[in-house]
Amino acid sequence: MSLAEALQHGDLTRLPSRREEDWRWSDLRGLIRALPPAAPAFSGALPPGPFAARFPAERLCLVNGRGPDTIEIAAGENARLGLRLVAAGEGQGDGEGQGGGEGYVGRLRLTLGAGASLVLLQTHEALTGGYLAQTDLEIVLGPGARLERLVLVADAADAVAVTLSHVHLAEGATFVETVLTTGARRQRLETRLTHAARHSAATLSGLYRLAGRRHADLTSLIRHEAPQARTDQLVRGVVDDQARGVFQGRILVQPGADGTDSRMGHHALILSDRAEVDAKPELEIYADDVSCAHGATVGALDAEALFYARQRGLSEAEARALLSDAFLGAVLDRIVDPELEAVGRAWLEAAVSPEVGPGAETLA
Amino acid sequence: MSALLEVRDLSARVEAKAILDRLSLSLPAGEVHAIMGPNGAGKSTLSHVLSGKPGYEVTGGSATLDGEDLLALEPEARAARGVFLSFQYPVEIPGVPALTFLRTALNAQHRARGEAEVSAPDFLKLVRARAGALKIDFDMLKRPLNVGFSGGEKKRMEILQMAVLAPRLAILDETDSGLDIDALRIVAEGVNALRAPDRAMLVITHYQRLLDHIRPDRVHVLAGGRIVASGGPELALQLEREGYDKFAAAA
Repeated sequence: MSLAEALQHGDLTRLPSRREEDWRWSDLRGLIRALPPAAPAFSGALPPGPFAARFPAERLCLVNGRGPDTIEIAAGENARLGLRLVAAGEGQGDGEGQGGGEGYVGRLRLTLGAGASLVLLQTHEALTGGYLAQTDLEIVLGPGARLERLVLVADAADAVAVTLSHVHLAEGATFVETVLTTGARRQRLETRLTHAARHSAATLSGLYRLAGRRHADLTSLIRHEAPQARTDQLVRGVVDDQARGVFQGRILVQPGADGTDSRMGHHALILSDRAEVDAKPELEIYADDVSCAHGATVGALDAEALFYARQRGLSEAEARALLSDAFLGAVLDRIVDPELEAVGRAWLEAAVSPEVGPGAETLA
Repeated sequence: MSALLEVRDLSARVEAKAILDRLSLSLPAGEVHAIMGPNGAGKSTLSHVLSGKPGYEVTGGSATLDGEDLLALEPEARAARGVFLSFQYPVEIPGVPALTFLRTALNAQHRARGEAEVSAPDFLKLVRARAGALKIDFDMLKRPLNVGFSGGEKKRMEILQMAVLAPRLAILDETDSGLDIDALRIVAEGVNALRAPDRAMLVITHYQRLLDHIRPDRVHVLAGGRIVASGGPELALQLEREGYDKFAAAA
């Protein structure tokens, strides 16, 4: 059951539904009444992508799911790359996600040879609305390879989008990802990562800042199958208006994965009494001698801090924005590459109001 | 002509509990008044009601700044008109460098007053000068506001903000609490440097020792939610000798 299957077969019954534990907070079956026509090949010229000036590197594009199907970074090579995932159909949604819009499925395989290193800026851009899309990425890191990616997701408010990343880490490989999103009508950003050999390391960071009626679901499954691997995960979110944030994090430590060091944190702020956050952190451990921890909090902005800021002259809206962004900033502190970090900070600044936030053309 | 701060018969409560009971106070420009009183007398409530902290209900009376009704204004509007509260417990704000916070606050006040924003170089020059006088290491201002600061550092940060924001009315709520004698002296010198003919200060304290360093023009005793006695600086010394008991009884 997946959005991709449903789109490919034109079969609504293949959509994941709330009856599946994994999709209970991100039901697609009950949401989507009809499957849209397949998105056409895009014939126009793409505008320059976001942050072209701040992150000058070659850009590969998948438009409506069409583009290269593999990217290979050869053993020992160092590369910087932009990957643009663009929804550019002809249709216009009606803002409620009914009618308009097209559907597409994209697939891409990214491999890093032994000792290779890649810094990747992955941007999800919307030149249209109302689309239904699934993008599957397969990411394979060879021994000692290192990938850092910053994923900026700027979907249309009326879009339904699923992105699924399968990540495979060989011995001593390092994977660092930071996912920043403003949500969509329904949006799932899922990472399934496997520590297949010893001494691999994964740093997973996520941030959602949701307003209006947007939804974002950050789901991850981390499998420790070999000894001495590390996972460090932190997700923070702020939800306002009637928005809904979902975090599902599962860390699975298989028998024999001794010496695993794994930690997970999810912290959210709810700014409105009609907003919602659903969180499910899970640790499942079948090995000995492991160090695992998880922490989860959901709360409101600190009333004392709000008053303090207002007493110094900030309006209530300014005070809320300042404190929210400060809360989210801890996620950006984890970005290693300085150029990516600068991009991330500029993105957060622009994301204060998602409806007028990161458009494809407006950010440089 | 009315004083800079004029409080008349002010009554306020928190939830169902009455805290201020027909409190009256007149604070002219250029003067420093001390409010002393036993714990639970309503000292902090007075500072919160004047600065507009949510959660207090004013049930009677008035408070005006330069003749304008303060109580009808949002906290940020009071700040823009020159009300500054030095907090008894300054709040830690992780993720926001002190400099960023202060510049955001200063420019918010300027905008609210229809004044031009302060440029980055002018702002830094201003802060450097004021921080030096308070013996605040400039690098400390790049750290998140108050996070990991000692009690003394937090209080010095409050006075630095006051110096940069240049208020009309400064309310210092138990600024001496948690300070050792050296920190107390530095903070008091900082406050004294801000005395000005067009500014008034309300110094709220439980103990007399702060008033050795900040000499008030008048001292008011607050007990049972109202001012029960007023006098010159010698009243503070009398309180130190005799305690609050007889005033508490009078309330």
